[in-house]
Amino acid sequence: MNTLAFIALLLPAFGSAVTFIGGRDLRHVKFWSTAPIAAAFVATLLVALEHGTAGTSTHTYSIGTAGAFHVEIGTRVSGLAALTAVLVAGVALCVQAYSTSYLGGEPRYASYAALISLFTAAMLTVVYAADLIVLLVGWEIMGACSYFLIGHYWEKPVARAASIKAFLMTKTGDVPFLFGLIALGVQAKSFQINDVIVAADNAALHHPAWIAALLLCGVLGKSAQFPLHSWLPDAMAGPTPISALIHAATMVAAGIYLVALLYPVFVLAPAVLVAMAVIAAITMLGSALCALAQTDVKKILAYSTVSQLAYMLGGLAVGGRSQAIYLLLVHGAFKALLFLAAGVVIHRVGSNELSAMGGLRYRMPIAYGSMTVGLLALAGIPPFSGFFGKEGVLGAAYSASGEFAAPGRIVLIFGLITAGVTAAYALRLWLGVFHGPFPEAPHEHEARVEAPQTELIPLVLLSIPAAALGVVVLFGTGFSHVLGGWSGEAGSLLGSGATDLWPTGITTLLSLLFVVGFGGLTYLAWRRDRQADPAVMLLGPARGLLLEGFYFDRLIDAGVVRPTRAAAKLVAYLDANVFDAYVRGSGTGARDLGSVLRRLQTGSVQFYLTCLFLGVVVMAAVYAYVGTVS
Amino acid sequence: MHAVYPLVLGALLFSIGLYGVLARRNAIAVLLAIELLLNAVTLNLVAFGSILRDQYGMGQVFTLFIITIAAAETGLGLAIVLLLYRQRATADLGEQRELAEPVERFDADELVPATELSTTEPSTTVLGAAR
Repeated sequence: MNTLAFIALLLPAFGSAVTFIGGRDLRHVKFWSTAPIAAAFVATLLVALEHGTAGTSTHTYSIGTAGAFHVEIGTRVSGLAALTAVLVAGVALCVQAYSTSYLGGEPRYASYAALISLFTAAMLTVVYAADLIVLLVGWEIMGACSYFLIGHYWEKPVARAASIKAFLMTKTGDVPFLFGLIALGVQAKSFQINDVIVAADNAALHHPAWIAALLLCGVLGKSAQFPLHSWLPDAMAGPTPISALIHAATMVAAGIYLVALLYPVFVLAPAVLVAMAVIAAITMLGSALCALAQTDVKKILAYSTVSQLAYMLGGLAVGGRSQAIYLLLVHGAFKALLFLAAGVVIHRVGSNELSAMGGLRYRMPIAYGSMTVGLLALAGIPPFSGFFGKEGVLGAAYSASGEFAAPGRIVLIFGLITAGVTAAYALRLWLGVFHGPFPEAPHEHEARVEAPQTELIPLVLLSIPAAALGVVVLFGTGFSHVLGGWSGEAGSLLGSGATDLWPTGITTLLSLLFVVGFGGLTYLAWRRDRQADPAVMLLGPARGLLLEGFYFDRLIDAGVVRPTRAAAKLVAYLDANVFDAYVRGSGTGARDLGSVLRRLQTGSVQFYLTCLFLGVVVMAAVYAYVGTVS
Repeated sequence: MHAVYPLVLGALLFSIGLYGVLARRNAIAVLLAIELLLNAVTLNLVAFGSILRDQYGMGQVFTLFIITIAAAETGLGLAIVLLLYRQRATADLGEQRELAEPVERFDADELVPATELSTTEPSTTVLGAAR
């Protein structure tokens, strides 16, 4: 099983290299970008099936020592890793297949496909890593791939700026993350994830709060949580399949995955859990409101991703690890579906703007159907998968006790409101794209402009889990058994500790009320004027604020960018006028001194001789004086 | 005879010779002054040889050497002066200044003045453009 997992993560890396080598041949690229990932998907499925409800199985090869610590390459398959890997490989396969026609004719398709494969390999490395250092390597490769892929259209200044912004913001989180990993490994006296978790379980870590806080910084950067969230909406400058793969389903999920992986460490630090809950609360509601105001379809989905990731983080903050991971899986499915469907729509319409769309339900029936499924899941309408994911998190927040009680209250209140806002923006997106009048065509029943089949098949395939993953909750505690315990122990050991995902209690009723209320308001606003944007009426004067994302970029600009630039200017000034002045001064000083001394070289032999004679006289005088003194 | 007389005479001869070498412009006169210097030295050699009662007569031996060298030196010097005069129609040492350093001219790879460097702007970061 471990060997199979290892193969699963090597296959996309191999595919990436082969794709890149034969980049000139389009058919070669199409084959080698999809086939290895398809094989990897099958492998991850087999790993997950073989794993079942067993505990953690680790198999490593030592590749050498780094000081007192071993770095070991290998795989660690727990229930968490097995399930996440299936999501990663599945979404990556859909995205690669989708890209063959979506970007197939474009000039840089080969490097794009190779980078996606490399990215998939890196994400699978993170998921299957048995060693924190190996995990970090995958983590950073993902960051680099993300940078390259956001900047795929590097001709556009927006894409260049977005890629650099994403890189810098995630790196801002990654620096403390690196320190956190090192501190964790040093205190656990091993970088093996198994050893680290054992050390955390035995409370052998000296400063778990500091370590958890440092790790949380990296998670915030990677998963785009406040205050490092604003790179994700900008990252939509990249191609749409990239947004589906990296910025919805996998890379941003890596942060959540890491918290779930090292959950025993985070549980040791209640203060960090509260911080996590507060951050999640701010992020989920703030970005949901931003999503409600956006006019760019991809940005709506991007803010919605940030908001949903905050749900997962909130679920982890209140001890709902199973619920958060369940939401992670279903969100990966329906958000990838939404992005790919949005890509189809954007490609045919030729614009990202909501105002350029409308009435597309007859022209693009398959995109309409699949996007409807995705939006129903996003809005949390039963029986679609998103409903159960969200209910799981809210239920965990409601029933949280002990050290989870305080985070639970925060997450519950904000989660309920966000559920309503989510329904509102999902409905607004649905109505804006597929209903109402089409701006430039008076007649709705025009010819279909459906996308090619390679783009539609992934949509249909992704619709199935997006709609039907809710089936999992019928098994009650079954998901927890497969996922395993906090420390990666076997699911069968959990017994009564296993989490029941079946939505119960008052939270379901409340959240449904919020969903119906906010959704109804949006619908009423839309009914009044089908041409206009319902957000204008709903949000009123706050719309401008939300459209700009609470002016957060301006805040960063004033608080970080401008001071940094001013400091850079100061440094450049100091360098040019202070430090270089010494360097230049040595040159000009020598030259000036030379020009003074040069005047002595008159060419007159008699002058030279006079100087020589005077020198002798001075020397004799000094010699005589020294002689008399001593 | 008191030993101070030849030494004073030697000092006087040396001073006159030094003046001639340093101050006279005519090359022939400078050569003559050099002869005076040499003779002052020979006088001192003989005087000190006799004052210190040098039983081997080293001072006198060196004097003979110096006379020989002075003859050769004068011949060489006169030849140089003759060539100088033939080439330049003057024997004035004050005008032979071709070996002087030129004071005003600089070399090609001079340092750039400080004012030109400070005008270059530091390149702008791209993050700010992301707004």
